[in-house]
Amino acid sequence: MPVAAKPALKKPADTMSSQGIASKKASKGAKGKTPRGKDMDDMSEMGEVGDEWMQQKTMVKPDDQLELTEQEMKEEFTRILTANNPHAPQNIVRFSFKEKVFKQVASVDQLAIHFSLDGNMLHKDSDEARRQMARGGLAEAPSEPAVAEGEEKAEAAGEGGEGEAKPEGEGGEAEKEEGATQTAPAAKGGDKKLTNQFNFSERASQTFNNPYRERGTQTEPPPRVNFSSTANQWEIYDAYVEDIQRQEKSKEKKGFRGQQESTNRKKISAIESQGDDITRIEKPAKILERMVNQNTYDDIAQDFKYWEDVSDEYREQEGTLLPLWKFSYEKSKRLAVTSICWDPKYRDLLAVGHGSYDFLKQTRGLICLYSLKNPSFPEFIYNTETGVMCLDIHPAYPHLVAVGFYDGSVGVFSLTEKIQEPMYKCTAKGGKHTDPVWEVKWQKDDLDNNMNFFSIGGDGRVVSWTLVKNELLCTDVILLKLDESPADGAEGTQLFTLGCGTAFDFHKQTDYLFLVGTEEGKIHKCSKAYSSQFLDTFDAHHMAVHSVRWNTFHPKIFLSCSADWTVKIWEHTSNMPLFTFDLGSSVGDVAWAPYSSTVFAAVTSDGKVHVFDLNVNKYEALCEQVVVTKKKTKLTHIEFNPNYPMIIVGDDRGYVTSLKLSPNLRKMPKEKKGVEAAKGPEVEIAKMDKLLSLVREPPAEKK
Amino acid sequence: MTEAAGEPKKEEAHDFRRLHSYPLIRHSDMNEEMRTEAMELCVTACEKFATNNETAARMVKESMDKKFGSSWHAVVGEGFGFEITHEVKNLLYMFFGGEKAIIVWKCS
Repeated sequence: MPVAAKPALKKPADTMSSQGIASKKASKGAKGKTPRGKDMDDMSEMGEVGDEWMQQKTMVKPDDQLELTEQEMKEEFTRILTANNPHAPQNIVRFSFKEKVFKQVASVDQLAIHFSLDGNMLHKDSDEARRQMARGGLAEAPSEPAVAEGEEKAEAAGEGGEGEAKPEGEGGEAEKEEGATQTAPAAKGGDKKLTNQFNFSERASQTFNNPYRERGTQTEPPPRVNFSSTANQWEIYDAYVEDIQRQEKSKEKKGFRGQQESTNRKKISAIESQGDDITRIEKPAKILERMVNQNTYDDIAQDFKYWEDVSDEYREQEGTLLPLWKFSYEKSKRLAVTSICWDPKYRDLLAVGHGSYDFLKQTRGLICLYSLKNPSFPEFIYNTETGVMCLDIHPAYPHLVAVGFYDGSVGVFSLTEKIQEPMYKCTAKGGKHTDPVWEVKWQKDDLDNNMNFFSIGGDGRVVSWTLVKNELLCTDVILLKLDESPADGAEGTQLFTLGCGTAFDFHKQTDYLFLVGTEEGKIHKCSKAYSSQFLDTFDAHHMAVHSVRWNTFHPKIFLSCSADWTVKIWEHTSNMPLFTFDLGSSVGDVAWAPYSSTVFAAVTSDGKVHVFDLNVNKYEALCEQVVVTKKKTKLTHIEFNPNYPMIIVGDDRGYVTSLKLSPNLRKMPKEKKGVEAAKGPEVEIAKMDKLLSLVREPPAEKK
Repeated sequence: MTEAAGEPKKEEAHDFRRLHSYPLIRHSDMNEEMRTEAMELCVTACEKFATNNETAARMVKESMDKKFGSSWHAVVGEGFGFEITHEVKNLLYMFFGGEKAIIVWKCS
C-alpha cells in the first residue's frame, strides 16, 4: 500500500467555493495593510507629490519578521529545493504475485498534497442558491455574488483547515448577519489588486483596429465538355482487338529499327537545338548590324540618294563621279576583283568574284555578295580552292550564281543553301575547260525548261552547261579555230589550233547571235546554230580582247575593249570600227549604260574610270577620273547599276568602289530636244542612229 | 465432331478473356499522373467487387472524391450508353477485364 502524506481536508458538504475564501482573505489582508501603507505614504509625501498618478509601491512586512543586521543579510544560505518528498518512504515493498516474492517498488510517489478542497458551484439564480442566500440574508450584494455565496461556511471550512478555530465557525444567525455587514466594505476594499511588490509595472494600450473591407470576385467555372459513348460487349471487344493489333505493330517497328531511330533522333535533336540557338539571334543580329551601318554610313546614303553635283550646270561637257561606299572583306584583300555583277532582282545586292589575273601567283578564290545596306561585311561568302574568274547571277532565279574558275571548271552556287560548296560543279571528266573560264552567262531555260548557262574558256571552247537534276551536262557550242590551216597530226589526223576565248556577249534581241572576243585580238560573230564556223570575224585589236558588249538599246552596235589601250565601237555588219578611243592604258572592262544608248564607261589599269557620252562628245570622255587611293592599283571591272545612276568598279587589290554619276553623265534625250520628252528604246535607237549616220558617211575616215 | 470443333472455340474464347484482361483506356483527357491513379483505382475496385458493379462504382467515386475533390461520378457496367457533361481534364473512360466499361468523370 502506498503511503503518502495526504493532509487533504475534507470540508463539509455544503462548502461553497474556495474562490470566495481567497478573495475574502485577500481583501482582509489588504485591509490590514492599509494603515501601514498610509503611514508610509505620509512620510514620503513630500517627495512624491508629482507622482501621485503612479502606482504606489508598498512594502508588506509580516509582524514576526526577523530583524537582521546588514552582515546577517549578506550572509548566504544555500538551500536546494528538490521535488522529492522528504516524508515519502523509500523502501516500499510489495508482494509480486508473478515471482511470488516481496519486491521493492522502484518508483515512489513523491506527490504530497497539502491542501485539497472540493467545491461545487451553484448558479446564483438557482433555487438552492436562493435558498442559501435567503438563509444567509445576503441578497443585497449583487456585485459580489461569489463572495456573497455561502461565504461564512467557506470561511469556516478554510480556517478550520488551517487548524485555527474561530468562533464565527460555529456561528449562529446573528453572528452571520454581523459577518455579512463586515464583508460588504471588505469586498469594496478588495477591488485593488495585490501587485508583485518587487517588480511590477502595468501599461495598457489599444492598437488601431483596421477597418474591415469587403472584396468579392468570381472565378470562371472550370470548362466543361460533353462526352457520350456506348459501352457494350462488342465495343469493348473491338477496342481490345484493335489495341492488341496496334501493340503488335509497334513491337515490330521497334524490332526493326528501334536502335537506329533512337540514335538518329538524338543526333537530329542535338543539331536542331544547336542550330536553334544560333538562328534565334541571327535575325535580330542582322537587323542590328544594318541599323549600325545605317548610322555609320548615313552621310553616304544621303549622298547616294540626294547629292547632285551642282557644278555640272556650269559645264557642258564634263561630269564627275562621287565615290560612295567601298566594299571590302578582310579575306578578299589582295585578291583581284575578277568579276562583278548586280543582282537582277534585289537591286541592292551585288556579287563580286575574287581571284588572280597573275599567271604565276594563283591563289584561292572568293565570292562575296554585298548589300548596299551593309557595306562593311558581305551578306554571303563562299571560299573556293581556285580563283574565281567570272560569275553571273541568274536573271529569273536570283539565288543562283554561275561561277567560272581558273582551273577551267564551272559551278553553280545557291544562296539559299547554307552550304559552302557549289550546288552544281563540273568534274574533270564532265567536259570542263582546260584553261581558265573567262566568262559565264546564264541563258534562257531550254526547251525542257532546264536552266543552262554558257561559258567561254581559255581553251578556245564555248560550252553550254545544262543543270539536270544534280549534275551539269556540257555541250560544246563552238570551237574557236584559228584561220591557219590545220597541222597534220599523228596517223593522218588533223590538229586544229584553237584560239583562246576571253570574252563573249549575247545579243539582247536576237537569241542565237553572240560575240566572242579572243586573246588574239579577234572578235567572232557566232551563232548558236552553227558550231563549226563563225558568221563573221573582226580583226579588232592587237592584243587580247577583255570585253565585248552589245549596246543596251541599239541592236547592231557593240563595244569592245582590249589590252591594247583601245575601246572600239562597232556595227556588227561592218568590219570597220565606228569609233576608236585610246585610253592610254590597258582597258580592263567596258559597260554600256542601262539608261542611254550613247553612254558607256571603261576602266583602265592606271586606276581611271572613263565615262563617255557619244551624244555629247564623240571624241573625248566626259569624265576621266582616278578612283583608286593607292597608286599602281589597276581597275579590272565595271558595272552599271540597272536602276540607280551608279557604277561599281573593282580593282586588283580586292576593293569594289561604288560611284555616283553626276547629272551630266546621265543626260536624258529630252534635255537636248527641249520639247520632246519621249523616252524608251525607240528614242535611244534613233539617237544612236543619228550619231551613226554622222560617222558612216565618210566610212574611210576614222573617228 | 462437334466436340472437336467446340474445343478450340472455347479455347479461343478463353484466350481472349485472358488476353483482354488488362485495363484499356478508351478515352481520357486527364493528365498523366491523375490518369494512372484513376486507372489503378478502377482496376482495384473492379477486382475487389468483381460481382457487384454498384459497390465498385461507389468505391471509385468515393476514393476519387477524397483524392481529387468532389464531385465525381462513376459508372461501372457491361453495357450502357451515356451522355455526360464533365469538367475538362477530368474524364476517364476505360475498359477492364474484357467485359466491363468504367467511366469516371467530375462535374460539380
